[in-house]
Amino acid sequence: MIIKITDQPLNLQELIDDVATEANGGVVAFLGVVRRWNDGPDGQPREVHWLEYEAYKDAAEEVMRDIARQVEEKWGLTSLAMAHRVGHLEIGDPAVGVAVGAPHRGIAFEACEYAIDTLKATVPIWKKESWETGAEAGQSWVVNKESAQPE
Amino acid sequence: MDKVKVKLFAAFRETVGQGELDWPLGPAQTAGELLDSLVGEYPGLAGGAKSALVMVNRRYATRQTALQPGDEVAFLPPVGGG
Repeated sequence: MIIKITDQPLNLQELIDDVATEANGGVVAFLGVVRRWNDGPDGQPREVHWLEYEAYKDAAEEVMRDIARQVEEKWGLTSLAMAHRVGHLEIGDPAVGVAVGAPHRGIAFEACEYAIDTLKATVPIWKKESWETGAEAGQSWVVNKESAQPE
Repeated sequence: MDKVKVKLFAAFRETVGQGELDWPLGPAQTAGELLDSLVGEYPGLAGGAKSALVMVNRRYATRQTALQPGDEVAFLPPVGGG
């Protein structure tokens, strides 16, 4: 089971190969990629120059393994592989990859969506965005709207 | 004096100027009390402290979690992975 935070370029095929077993008839893979446009706090789109990702590495990998355990508990016979990149990323660079293998495609789709949604809410990773509009430019930490909140 | 290791990330790390601190631990101190003492020393943390997530020894915890000497206590801004 590949679960990793890495400063190396992501290879989605490596994750797919990791979950492709003789028992799995469906493999669903998701790749999250740095995009050119992202809405600022005022809801207006800003042009993105680059992202810098930072992780609490040991804890992030631990939470990612928790997600794999949750997927196993919810859907049973599944295989999950997940990798997130850290460091400086340019437009078009893959930032996160998830692959799920299951006996049938329905479970694989559901589990893959659950895994990426849960990662975005709970895995301790942060990103700083370098952005500009016509009038302004800056660097800001960008928070996921689905981020977990303190109890 | 007992101590814990405090880990800070992203905006919190920038505010404090470093990502790791050795911090004195009072008797029966909770993570929330430790966060209050950090804010006292670094007032720049005050704005983000309310929304901070807490981890103790790389596991999610709460402000009520009691700390032990040598614990690794992390205060996390809302996350932004993916």
